[in-house]
Amino acid sequence: MIVLASLTILLPFLAAFAGFLLGPKLSEALRAGGATPAGPEPPEDPRAVVFEKVPGGGPRTGERVWRRAAVVAERTPLRNGPALAACLPMAAATVLAAIVAFTVWRSPGERAGTLTLVGTGSVPIRIGLQVDGLAAVVALMVCCVALAVQVYSVAYMAKDPRYSSYAAFISLFTAAMLLVVYAGDLLLLYVGWEVMGVCSYFLIGHHWENRENSRAAVKAFLVTRLGDVGFLFGIFLLGIGAGSFRISDVLQRVPQMPDTTVTVAALLLLAGVAGKSAQFPLHTWLPDAMAGPTPISALIHAATMVAAGIYVVARLYGVFLTGSAALTVLGVLAVISMVGSALAALAQDDIKRVLAYSTISQLAVMAAGLAVGAKSAAIFHLLTHGAFKALLFLAAGSVIMVAGSNLLRHYGGLRRAMPLTFLSMTVGLAALVGIPPVSGWFSKDSIIEAAQHAALDGHRAPEAPAATLSRAHLPDLSAHMPVSGTPHRDLVARSLAESPGPLWPGVPGWTAWLIYLGLLVTVALTAAYAARLWLMTFFGETRGEFEPREAPKIMAWTVAALAVPSAILGFFGLGAEELRPHLGSALLALLLAALGAGGAFLLWNRDPAADPAGRLGPLRPVFANAFHVDTLYDAVVVRPVLALARLVVRADDRGIDAAVLGTGRAARRLGGLLRLPQNGNPQTYLTGVLAGVVVIAAVVVISL
Amino acid sequence: MMAIPLAGALALALPRERFLGDDAALGRFAVGLSGATLLVGLSALTAFDFGAPQRMQLRVDWPWAPSIGLRFHLGVDGISLPLVLLTALLTFLCLVYTAKHPPAGGRLRLFTALLLVLEVGMLGTFVALDLVLFFVFFEVVLVPMYAVIAIWGTGDRRAAALKFILYTLLGSGLLLAGMLLVGVKAGTLDMTVLAQRHGEGLTRGVQIVAFLLMALGFGVKAPMWPLHTWLPDAHTAAPTAGSVLLAGVLLKMGTYGIVRIALPSAPEGAEFWAPWLGLLAVVGIVYGALACLAQTDLKRMIAFSSVGHMGFVLLGIATLTPVGVNAALFGNIAHGLITGLLFFLAGSVKDRYGTGDLRELGGGLLTSAPRLASVLTFASVASLGLPGLAGFWGEMLALLGAYRPDADLPRATFVTFMAVGGIGAVLTAAYFLRMLSRITHGPVPDERLTAGPVAAVTRHEYAAWLPLVALTLLVGLWPKTLLDVTTAPVRALLGGG
Repeated sequence: MIVLASLTILLPFLAAFAGFLLGPKLSEALRAGGATPAGPEPPEDPRAVVFEKVPGGGPRTGERVWRRAAVVAERTPLRNGPALAACLPMAAATVLAAIVAFTVWRSPGERAGTLTLVGTGSVPIRIGLQVDGLAAVVALMVCCVALAVQVYSVAYMAKDPRYSSYAAFISLFTAAMLLVVYAGDLLLLYVGWEVMGVCSYFLIGHHWENRENSRAAVKAFLVTRLGDVGFLFGIFLLGIGAGSFRISDVLQRVPQMPDTTVTVAALLLLAGVAGKSAQFPLHTWLPDAMAGPTPISALIHAATMVAAGIYVVARLYGVFLTGSAALTVLGVLAVISMVGSALAALAQDDIKRVLAYSTISQLAVMAAGLAVGAKSAAIFHLLTHGAFKALLFLAAGSVIMVAGSNLLRHYGGLRRAMPLTFLSMTVGLAALVGIPPVSGWFSKDSIIEAAQHAALDGHRAPEAPAATLSRAHLPDLSAHMPVSGTPHRDLVARSLAESPGPLWPGVPGWTAWLIYLGLLVTVALTAAYAARLWLMTFFGETRGEFEPREAPKIMAWTVAALAVPSAILGFFGLGAEELRPHLGSALLALLLAALGAGGAFLLWNRDPAADPAGRLGPLRPVFANAFHVDTLYDAVVVRPVLALARLVVRADDRGIDAAVLGTGRAARRLGGLLRLPQNGNPQTYLTGVLAGVVVIAAVVVISL
Repeated sequence: MMAIPLAGALALALPRERFLGDDAALGRFAVGLSGATLLVGLSALTAFDFGAPQRMQLRVDWPWAPSIGLRFHLGVDGISLPLVLLTALLTFLCLVYTAKHPPAGGRLRLFTALLLVLEVGMLGTFVALDLVLFFVFFEVVLVPMYAVIAIWGTGDRRAAALKFILYTLLGSGLLLAGMLLVGVKAGTLDMTVLAQRHGEGLTRGVQIVAFLLMALGFGVKAPMWPLHTWLPDAHTAAPTAGSVLLAGVLLKMGTYGIVRIALPSAPEGAEFWAPWLGLLAVVGIVYGALACLAQTDLKRMIAFSSVGHMGFVLLGIATLTPVGVNAALFGNIAHGLITGLLFFLAGSVKDRYGTGDLRELGGGLLTSAPRLASVLTFASVASLGLPGLAGFWGEMLALLGAYRPDADLPRATFVTFMAVGGIGAVLTAAYFLRMLSRITHGPVPDERLTAGPVAAVTRHEYAAWLPLVALTLLVGLWPKTLLDVTTAPVRALLGGG
């Protein structure tokens, strides 16, 4: 079992190395074996490459050239070394992850294995994995999305000169993400966590010829790293407090730890979560991260890496339940993130930025679910979101490649030319908005229901006796997905039963209300921006100057394949009580969604050629710039740090160094005086040294 | 033991033109000799009993100057073994590199000889078990390094070399005073005996003074803020091989000395000064990082980054916990590997473009010299402490040590140090990424395009880089290799802690 899990991690890891070292050579070898389809192309002259900004950071070549290369790539998969090195191990890993998930489903329970212990002189690090229901399903999701993205990229990046390293980084990323998911030790988890970050950095900056992409990559890494330092300290607190970095040990000992320690640890962990999952106030890197190639946005910045934050909260849920102040903070941040970014999504011109803000908003919905105790609903939404957001990004990628632009105002009327993409994207958007019966509806509804429950009934909680309460809330608190493990539930039950003091760890009433209202507003806003995107892309007249036609088969069909889980994943939730749709909240949400979408439609219908966002008036630039948070950070953090750095260099040159040199000069003058006794007689020297030692010793003895 | 091939090197490299007339033969000779040293080092590795890394092994103990109790006493344990190997490896790689890329300024024979003398001194420092012997080796290193900087350096090399020697001699003076104080008071110069006694027989006052003197002496070498200002100048001026050895090995002598001599022989003094040491370490981390952010010269930036990294090492030591000292030893090795690699790369960049100035380099290194730039990216990412590569474990363990320092130290102070150190880690990432973004990304400047293609990476360059890359990966992915060797002796050193 654990062997399978480690194989799942190792396969993409080795694939990454193979890709880095052998990718292009493998291609050559394979080409040499078969008949060369198209003669070796002359290497591109770096001077001839046009460095104009290609929207979305797609390949730098024109549509026609790219399409030819893409078709060649999809017809000759066996001659494409890097693609083989990337896709085959990924496919094998997916199969293994599926086996793991299936086994866990058949006989739930936690399985752990330790490879070795690394002594540090303090708490040892345990190199080991741990598989339970939660890990198994998330890992399966990661593998599926990664496989889809790898296959899609074969065509999408066909004309890219660095496809080999690109595919290798995706493999490395996948390995790191799987490590996070399967890790049985907090520090091991942290290793995966950071490696993901650096892969994200490299992939955002894949088209580094453009300074802007490079800056976006640096920003993404630094902002997340800032959160990660907090995350690391949180791990220290928990690890030292529990005397072990093993996740199950930590969760077991949390109830015995002092409350403040746990709360502080939870808050520190939240910093890392906010960074990775792009929640306010560390969200600003995600929209800029769209500078990376679109498949990367689909994999890393929508479906998997950004979900890692949510996953970690779910993984360490016991910590957050005990340090409940952290849940309140999480809830408030989530509300700010979800409403703010949904508003920002309304006014974006760039299709990828719409989706990016939508990602922030949807991650905030999951975070809100966690804050109100609906852990399984949040994970459920994480899974469905992984499917439909990957779909949306990949479909957007097809549109971008065909249209040669990623500005919404250049599209229009694509539904006839790109039927497959249109249908898939419709499913994806329906899932995003939450229209029954596609997956998003089920998952979002269960979160809204939980929030409603917390808002309406939660405030009564402290009055009731502790023990019954913990039982009463258990269904909400514990993971009880069809495949999700029960140990967590026992654990939460145990931790609740054992922890002293007020037991209902939920958020205060006002926060619950805030979350509930925030969720409802977000539903309406989501429907509005999704409808805007849908209408502006696929309906009306084509506004750009390009020849609309369907994307290459391998891309279009990958997208269509993702549409299947996006559509039906929701029904898997029917098995669990708390994931079933509830009439009241469902109707309310649907009504609000209709309101939002209807508003967008009415505005659009007046003039299909114009942007409905134009009606926002003076608010539009504010939304489009996401409330100017970036400008604020630049003024408050970035510039002062740089100024300080310059100051330090000046101080170093003039202050410390000058002082030292000054002492040097003084010493030389002093040396002139001291030259007198230096007559070259070693005996005198030795006497002098000894006298010095005696003096020092005497001083010491006297001073005692 | 290991000094024997080196003494041979000394004797052979010095004779006149008669022996090994041309440079190529000289290069082969030097490579062969340092390779042999490395092999001896590796065979020491196989002879080493990993079951008891805390015991001094492979000892040599001859009377030297019996009248004053001096002994020629050498040996390795788990603390010094990795450093010995690192030294042998880096010197070997430097000579491989120099064989094909000699420093400007000619006189290759002298240069090679000096590097070999340097190696003797460095190895001797790490294996010496007698205070005076240690000091002798410690000083042996200075002169060749001074000459290397002053003769083959670039820019304002004489001033830099003078600063280097003055600073370190001042430090050595303090160090000698501290060591003699301990030696005289404790009545022995044997480091193993001193370590076993854990300060027994020394009064608190003596320990405090002795630790201060030794810490200042070693601190100059480490370098500890604010005694670091010789370092950027020396690095910027020194030729590639000089920078690599300076950063890779010489700096470690300072921290090694603190761990090996100052900590065990004056534990009470260490406890007294630890918060101050920690403070200076943390200031060094943040200060070094900020200085790097505003640096425009590649080598100078890497030099300042050393101040930051050694800050983490010193912070680890200051916690006086096994995990902290482990972190320091780990950080030492990791820094030697990574910064050594970085200086090799900086040298290659300078060779090709004739400048190390970030503004003049412009950008697009990934286009014009993709392999060089890729390895540079790898080294930078390793240096900023990415988990899975060597740099991470030292930093992480130092911070972990600071979270829970020795029971007798003020905890709140150290937790603050930890937080500030964490911010320093973010700033470290900031300046490395800024550097990468500036020179490796972006379009190639126009004037460079017309200048023609850049020389490809040579075999000798690969030979110098790849072992470092591989070891960085190995130690990073499998930190157990190093931690297992150091943990036991560190515990013994701290008194069974």
